[in-house]
Amino acid sequence: MDIKVNNICKSFNGQQVLDNISMSFSEGEVTCIMGASGVGKTTLAYILMGLLEPDSGTITGLKDKKMAAVFQEDRLIEHWDAIKNIMLVSNKDMTIEKVQRHLSEIGLREYEGKPVKDLSGGMRRRVAIVRALLSNYDVLIMDEPFKGLDEELKKKVITYVKEYTRGYTRIIITHDREEVEMLEAKLITLI
Amino acid sequence: MKDKGLRSVDKLSRNRIKSLIIKLLVLCFWLLVWELLSRGINQELFLPSPKNVFLTVIELSKTSVFWISILNSFLRIIIGFIIGLVIGAALAAIAYKSRLLFELISPLMKVIKATPVASFIILALVWINSVNLSILIAFLMVLPVSFSNIVHGLNSRDEKLLEMAKIFGIGRWKRIRAIYLPAVMPFFISAISIGLGFSFKSGIAAEVIGRPMNSIGLNLYEAKLYFMIKELFAWTLVIILLSVLFEQIVMRMLRYYNNTKSN
Repeated sequence: MDIKVNNICKSFNGQQVLDNISMSFSEGEVTCIMGASGVGKTTLAYILMGLLEPDSGTITGLKDKKMAAVFQEDRLIEHWDAIKNIMLVSNKDMTIEKVQRHLSEIGLREYEGKPVKDLSGGMRRRVAIVRALLSNYDVLIMDEPFKGLDEELKKKVITYVKEYTRGYTRIIITHDREEVEMLEAKLITLI
Repeated sequence: MKDKGLRSVDKLSRNRIKSLIIKLLVLCFWLLVWELLSRGINQELFLPSPKNVFLTVIELSKTSVFWISILNSFLRIIIGFIIGLVIGAALAAIAYKSRLLFELISPLMKVIKATPVASFIILALVWINSVNLSILIAFLMVLPVSFSNIVHGLNSRDEKLLEMAKIFGIGRWKRIRAIYLPAVMPFFISAISIGLGFSFKSGIAAEVIGRPMNSIGLNLYEAKLYFMIKELFAWTLVIILLSVLFEQIVMRMLRYYNNTKSN
């Protein structure tokens, strides 16, 4: 079932952030949302995640759907290592070996035992991505997931994300048109 | 890499030795001040010298009453302390969940906190026998400290991590372990540190007034009654050592627990 956003409005302290926004996200497809800073992309993502209530408008197609997210600020358990962070959100049948395989694929195998607070911004970003991908979800929402990664790493991570999220509904917020092309995504521009 | 690791271990142990030496020097300084004051006053009845106090502790420690008194007082105070800590934490968890219960419990804790310990001791003597008095007093002293510290800890939880937990559908116990416990732990440790000092001070005060058999409080009372100032100082020293030693043990255990949990 497609996700449909119908006439969403949201304002903060009298400042209109989203004004009568409507769009739809096809089931099993990847959709990128682009737009200038402050246009309300993250607010829309929060509304889709159920973390914010819209002032008016409705969203359909998300009922009983399990979600996974990559937030702008990683939101990892700082004093835990990558494996513990990933295992925290994954199913009971998830194995450490599988997590290690994924960390290897994304170039983090040798840092798996370090508390994430000791990792660089780019490494933490990748841990947050693996965490989301190895969780149990139907819809994946990613808010600027590739920010802070250098070009080569970005390509590697995008390939990884494409490979392991195929068939799931994915909504990705980005500033970078090249990322949209690499993800082969449908593009929605917020004005 | 290995050399670097060894160097940091070396640096760590050097820092520990340095800190230990500083602590010993500080101790020596205050012992010297005590000794000089004692010599200046030159009246053992008012201020005995540290040497005489230590010798009195050694003399006292040769009697069985000394050890039985310590054990009795220590156990009673610790029982009161643990009950206060646990009930305070449980009430904090309830108050965190419900605003109404917070509003109900909060004033009670403020009243307990503000009531002079002497009032509690005298009142409690009417309600219960003197043997259990120090349990109740230690409990009452630590209860509001535990409650307010843990409420503060729970309120300092990371909202963004809770949002993350909501999105990923992380269960209650995992949330407690990953998000709430790390937020509460520093406040819990602080509650233990403050609460232990309070419990020992007030528990012994309760014993001095209630005078249960074979207790530190009774020994203190008798030392004061018969003007045995060296004994009075010796027992006070024992109380301080007991309180500090137990606090150190608990803190080390908590730090060890914290380290093993975070690795």
